[in-house]
Amino acid sequence: MSLLDVRDLAVSYDGRRAVEGISFTVDPGEVVALVGESGSGKSTTAHAVIGLLPGNATVDRGRILLGDADLATWSARRMEALRGAQIGLVPQDPANSLNPVKTIGAQVGEVMRIHGRGDRWEIRRQVVELLTRVGLPDPETRARQYPHELSGGMRQRVLIAIAIALRPRLVIADEPTSALDATVQRRILDLVDDLRAEFGTAVLLVTHDLGVAASRSDRLVVMKAGRVEEQGHTAAVLAAPEAAYTAKLLRDAPALSVREYREAEPAPREPAIVLHDLVKEFRLGRRPFRAVDRVSFEVPRGTTHALVGESGSGKTTTARMVVRFTEPTSGTVTIPGAGEGRRFRRHVQLVHQNPYGSLDPRQSVAEIVAEPLRNFRLGDRAARAARVAELLDRVALPRDLAGRRPRELSGGQRQRVAIARALAVEPGVLVLDEAVSALDVTVQAQILDLLEQLQRDLGLTYLFISHDLAVVRQISHTVSVMSEGRIVESGTTRQVFTEPGAPYTRELLAAIPEPVR
Amino acid sequence: MNRVGLGLAAAWLVIAVALLWAVVPGLFTGYDPIAGVPAEKLRPPGGPHLFGTDPVGRDLFARVVHGSAHSLSGAFTAVAVGLLLGTLLGVLAGSAGGLADDAIMRLVDVLLSVPGLLLALTVIILLGPGTVNVAIAVGVGSVAAFARLTRSEVVRVRRTDYVEAAFGSGGRYPAVLWRHVLPNSLGPVVALAALQFGLAILAISTLGFLGYGAEPPTPEWGLLIAEGRNYLATSWWLTTLPGAVVVAVVLAAGRISRSIGKDTP
Repeated sequence: MSLLDVRDLAVSYDGRRAVEGISFTVDPGEVVALVGESGSGKSTTAHAVIGLLPGNATVDRGRILLGDADLATWSARRMEALRGAQIGLVPQDPANSLNPVKTIGAQVGEVMRIHGRGDRWEIRRQVVELLTRVGLPDPETRARQYPHELSGGMRQRVLIAIAIALRPRLVIADEPTSALDATVQRRILDLVDDLRAEFGTAVLLVTHDLGVAASRSDRLVVMKAGRVEEQGHTAAVLAAPEAAYTAKLLRDAPALSVREYREAEPAPREPAIVLHDLVKEFRLGRRPFRAVDRVSFEVPRGTTHALVGESGSGKTTTARMVVRFTEPTSGTVTIPGAGEGRRFRRHVQLVHQNPYGSLDPRQSVAEIVAEPLRNFRLGDRAARAARVAELLDRVALPRDLAGRRPRELSGGQRQRVAIARALAVEPGVLVLDEAVSALDVTVQAQILDLLEQLQRDLGLTYLFISHDLAVVRQISHTVSVMSEGRIVESGTTRQVFTEPGAPYTRELLAAIPEPVR
Repeated sequence: MNRVGLGLAAAWLVIAVALLWAVVPGLFTGYDPIAGVPAEKLRPPGGPHLFGTDPVGRDLFARVVHGSAHSLSGAFTAVAVGLLLGTLLGVLAGSAGGLADDAIMRLVDVLLSVPGLLLALTVIILLGPGTVNVAIAVGVGSVAAFARLTRSEVVRVRRTDYVEAAFGSGGRYPAVLWRHVLPNSLGPVVALAALQFGLAILAISTLGFLGYGAEPPTPEWGLLIAEGRNYLATSWWLTTLPGAVVVAVVLAAGRISRSIGKDTP
């Protein structure tokens, strides 16, 4: 008999349907991945199961059977007794999910205290045991520390410890690793796997990352627009997807699709970006902190160079020095063909990571795209309007979006607007700072295709900053791997991915989720 | 329309009526606000005199209606002074940063440390009494609040990606300030202006009550209340009704301010 049996569940927000009658089961000790893009209803489903839907949501119909009990009919008070004891939750964001003014020990112990498991000394002993179990070094010290003293990965381990404290039969993990670096992500997923093997806990893994789902689940439930598109054993679904949507997701997921490496033509090209011994130091108290340490590389014209590394590796600081938003402490950035001062901006353009923040909410799409033209006084009003229309065509946006505001656009559309703005003054170099990281995989794939095509048509040179190796493999000709401010390895994408030299590169590569089970 | 919408509509109605009083008082009352009819003194509200009459037989409603021109124009002047000076200082401090920021904000701190009424009285003593001077004095008192809010908004907006992107696309400082920083930081400032409008009416009335504002027999709201207080025991309407009008207008301005604050992203 199944541990969790969801039958024909429908949930709506303020009368608008978000989940349209879905059914799936989770067997004891099984990992079931709920996969879908943002807005597919996967998180709503998970929250319905654990009874944590927001106030404006209602369960319209369906049953949520945990064993024999139908949770859909339970009162909030009864659910309280169940949460933690029977169903554990690993929340999405380790940065905001812990109480900043309580110690780690108090927060892990809280769930035991609420459910009345043991006296103070017994709880304290169990907390240390749990923290040891989730792999936190020096657990006695950790129990006395506050959340801000721990790294993101350590906080996520604490959240897992809270979720498994009472040995629940089911753990719901809502995007448990989305906010973490690749190598940390892998260790956390390994931990979840170990705990499942040890305690026989079933896991409902909610994720937008098909790579993670493919490598970690027994069965897949693919959701789209509130419906289940397809479900089945992971290996079977991956090998032969039945639904067209699943096939598309698989094709678009960078970690799963095997594409050819991009190789630059063998003919030597003149460099478009040259970095020489670039150093950036920040003052932190008395001691200077070296964020970028003697970074040098060259990018040939018309190719893509990727700068890869985890958060804090110095890749974004390097990118900001290339676009001259930050002054280097020493060393040089040379961009042949770029002028000085304001003329520099006509040749080098930056595309920000977050398309939600990089567009002025009060301007229309047409005003945003025309802004560089106005700044450089290129053309009159009519000429600018014509150029805006041409640019919107270039980035495959319908022209009638010109009058809309950014908030009326989807994430992918916004990033296209940002790219159109960057292209307006016909630059030679585009610096893309995590430009596709905030997007769903299918949108991500479309933007990457667009970038590739623009490069072919306009001969652009890209400096592509990313933490996602799977994306990098797909788009770049050459790669530099950064760690702690230094470049630890450089070469063509094929070299770096097939014959990694540095141990750090090997660790990064091993962290790309692969569909093996 | 729900209840919230109704409340807001009522607030706008109150302000609209007060403005109409100021612009076309003749539409609302036929009585002269200055010349009284001694035979009709101290009549209670009702009948031909909606708000009753005062000790020299002037129609109180006519005096309130005609007084709105003085009180409202004073409040407008006060808010304009505060808004212009305060926003200017705030934008300067927020965009210049460094030493200029420190200098301006310490000056603002000094202004904030003096109680508003005391500051206004000091300015009046320097400028001499009179309606315009009272308005300026009240406006100077609100400069600090405007400067602080504007600076914090400018600093917030300046850190956003879209401002960086604007510089990245070749924008010069004044253009970026005008096109992106100001429009995106002024929402809360406008809300504060509406709130300050109500507070200014109150402050001007207070100064009028203390005798620093308009000279009698000018019908100014604060002065009306002040004149009525000698008859508090016998003729309640002389203080209560003008007071109620002031309260209604101030509350309406506050309600509108809140709705502006809520709408801005």
